[in-house]
Amino acid sequence: MAQGAVLPVETMKGPVAGRSLWAEARGRLLHNKAAVTSIVVLGLIAIACIFGPFFTGHPFDRVYSEYVKVPASLEAYPKPDQIEPNLERIGSRVRAKPENIVIGDDSLRVTLVSSSSRPIDERLLAYFERSDLFGTAQVVERLEEGRRLVVDVPIKRQYFFFGTDTNGRDLLTRTMKAGQISLAIGLLATFVAILIGVIYGATAGYLGGRVDLVMMRIVDILYSLPFIFFVIMLVVFFGRNFILMFIAVGAVEWLDMARIVRGQTLSIKRQEYVQAAEALGVETKGIIRRHVIPNTLGPVVVYMTLLVPKVILLESFLSFLGLGVQEPNTSLGVLISEGAKNIQGATWMLIYPSLTLVAILFCLNFIGDGLRDALDPKDR
Amino acid sequence: MTEPVLSVRNLHVRFRTGDGILHAVKGIDIDINPGETVAIVGESGSGKSQTMMSVMGLLASNGWAEGSVKYRGEELVGLSPEKLNRYRGSKLTMIFQEPMTSLDPLYRIGDQLSLPLTTHGGMSKRNARKRAIELLELVQIPDPARRIDAYPHELSGGQRQRVMIAMALANNPDVLIADEPTTALDVTVQARILELLADLQKRLGMSIVFITHDLGVVRRFADRTYVMKRGEVVESGRTGDLFAAPKHPYTQMLIDAEPTGRKEPVSADAPMVLDARNVEVTFGLKKSLFGTTTHVLRAVDGVSLTVRAGETVGVVGESGSGKSTLGRAILKLQQASGMVRFEDRNLMPLDRSGMRPLRRHLQLVFQDPFGSLSPRMTSGEIVTEGLLVHEPSISRKERDRRAAQAFEEVQLDPAWRNRFPHEFSGGQRQRIAIARAMILHPKLVVLDEPTSALDRSVQKEIVELLRGLQKAHGLAYVFISHDLAVVRALSDEIMVMKSGKVVERGTAEQIFERPQEDYTRDLIAAAFLSERSKAEAQGEPLAS
Repeated sequence: MAQGAVLPVETMKGPVAGRSLWAEARGRLLHNKAAVTSIVVLGLIAIACIFGPFFTGHPFDRVYSEYVKVPASLEAYPKPDQIEPNLERIGSRVRAKPENIVIGDDSLRVTLVSSSSRPIDERLLAYFERSDLFGTAQVVERLEEGRRLVVDVPIKRQYFFFGTDTNGRDLLTRTMKAGQISLAIGLLATFVAILIGVIYGATAGYLGGRVDLVMMRIVDILYSLPFIFFVIMLVVFFGRNFILMFIAVGAVEWLDMARIVRGQTLSIKRQEYVQAAEALGVETKGIIRRHVIPNTLGPVVVYMTLLVPKVILLESFLSFLGLGVQEPNTSLGVLISEGAKNIQGATWMLIYPSLTLVAILFCLNFIGDGLRDALDPKDR
Repeated sequence: MTEPVLSVRNLHVRFRTGDGILHAVKGIDIDINPGETVAIVGESGSGKSQTMMSVMGLLASNGWAEGSVKYRGEELVGLSPEKLNRYRGSKLTMIFQEPMTSLDPLYRIGDQLSLPLTTHGGMSKRNARKRAIELLELVQIPDPARRIDAYPHELSGGQRQRVMIAMALANNPDVLIADEPTTALDVTVQARILELLADLQKRLGMSIVFITHDLGVVRRFADRTYVMKRGEVVESGRTGDLFAAPKHPYTQMLIDAEPTGRKEPVSADAPMVLDARNVEVTFGLKKSLFGTTTHVLRAVDGVSLTVRAGETVGVVGESGSGKSTLGRAILKLQQASGMVRFEDRNLMPLDRSGMRPLRRHLQLVFQDPFGSLSPRMTSGEIVTEGLLVHEPSISRKERDRRAAQAFEEVQLDPAWRNRFPHEFSGGQRQRIAIARAMILHPKLVVLDEPTSALDRSVQKEIVELLRGLQKAHGLAYVFISHDLAVVRALSDEIMVMKSGKVVERGTAEQIFERPQEDYTRDLIAAAFLSERSKAEAQGEPLAS
């Protein structure tokens, strides 16, 4: 057998199983610590974004009017110093003055003293319930013919780990929701861009000649449209729409992909295995599908991991301008934009969404780097 | 005996790879005496290049050397690059296989030549330039005073290799390491470069280390020879003794690896398979402003050939002679004019879809077994791709069975058909490429340098395989090669091509025994310079 050039390592392999280039690349990727860490972190972020909102105890669009712009804290709200002013406020509605406030763990006891000569209307105690801080008030004792009421009020303990926004919505839930939407847009728009780009680029590159010329000039024309102008046009025609984001971003990003794949195809086209397929009489479709596209996928996969962060940033940019995702839905771009407006009074509104975005982008870029090293044909 | 100028003791080279540690060189000893030519021979993967790379401190980043390499008593292994630079580039120099890529395309050759002179020799710019011209003269580049300002792309491959040699000689080295210095060059150019090296050694008295797989070169130039196999020196000694009485079976195998045997002639009434008349292929090189072609290259210029069933037509010539283009033109993979008939059909008026049913009868095998197999498909998929096109009705299972059959036919283990191309060696890949062509039972196969990228011993196996397949199926071959030994072993008729034209044609016997044209004689002389049987070659005068 022609064993002359086989290295010893090669001969030790099992007799039947083949190891594809993809499998080898996976092995190299798993040796890259930064990439593996990034994959794990990104996976955790994704899981948190998808399932987290069910466990925070706050719907993403619930407004807590008493908790507008409260800072991030690991301790439960309400804080002791918030209780008294709120009791005062409720007291003024009930037309009574709170006195002898005793704050327990889960409840407090307060004596309401009517500010007029009439007894306190107990129906007005419903104000406690309407507040975000307290539960249903229980009257323990009625003194002075109802002019003094001793009431037990349960305190609703709430956690806002990331604080709340200007409308009093829980920022943790909103950040997770935003992460969901940003990741979804990032992945879907990238998928759309790659699907169109790969097929278009491979076709143009492989057919070559006049077809290539026309196809690539179309790409050039689309390139020359200013992106924002394009998006504004879409918004004007179709109204604001979540789906529109995918279309707008996907429709612009496939252009890069098409150029990259076309360039790859031009070099693959001259490879002997493509000529061999032509000599076998394989049809154009078959050559593009079996030979050209699989061999362009290395750079495509790398570009994809770099495209996802790019798309997320684009979406953030559009949302920042107010052209993207609409309230009460949110995305990281929207949150950061709001945070930026409130940077003086509420830094947490900027910090946490930004950290999330940065973490996602870091992970994707490291994965992209790792993939590029893993797929680099120079290694072979 | 004088002190060796370079002595290698118990040298190990290891590489860290994804599959663990690869032990490429396993404790070898080599001595180079002053003024001596030493050859290190072995097939690809034998570790011969890595040995010298580790001497020069040029191992890839995942590799490391252990053991001892002493240059005039000075230990080189483990030296920092800065310290190593005192020796390499001045006292120890190296020339590489590929002259196309070892010169920096952005700098004039004069600047590249002056660099070692100014850095190692401490010369002024003006003196360095003067010395550079001298060096170019030394390596016999015509008109050196003008050529010194040329860029690498303005020189031919042979001239570039001469410039590389000039660079290596710049500081009067003690040891010149030549890593396959002629493999990438045409045969006639090869001969001249080897002459030059031999001549320079005589005049300058340095030691030369030849790393090569070409035993002809070794036999002609080397004083002593080391034979390497899988990282070990299996045999060493004076070249004459080694060739006269090889002891190790591996050495014997290398020496006997020339393709042998001659083709039996086909009977005169064998049916015509291919008849090509006046084939012409032109490439428009320049176009005027209005799109009309003003400068035309005739790659194939009015070539006719006929191939009968069971016959092999050899096409030989140097690179650029149009032989590969001719091969593609007769398969209609290349736009051509003239007339090509396959059996009784004229191929010229057929378009792509018209050609498709005929493709199964007309197959092609390429030179580069690494480039001609798609790296993302399993070898089984590659082999059966033709069946998808020409027999789309057969089931997946049946295709798999046919793949196993085809693997057996080219003497590969059918169990390997799920492996990917990169898991095979060069010779095995070429077998896969042949299986891909054979699975369709073609009538004509164009073999475009199918053995050129392979080791000699593998070449011999492939030649045997091709011969066996031809006999079994009555195939007609068009065999394109610059390697005359292989062509002679396989062909009935030979065409010699130069600049797109056929300069000579005849039976293999006629061409080799009684060449009429000077060009043919040059080719034969150059080829047999590197062949074992040169002494028997009818007293053919060598190019010296």
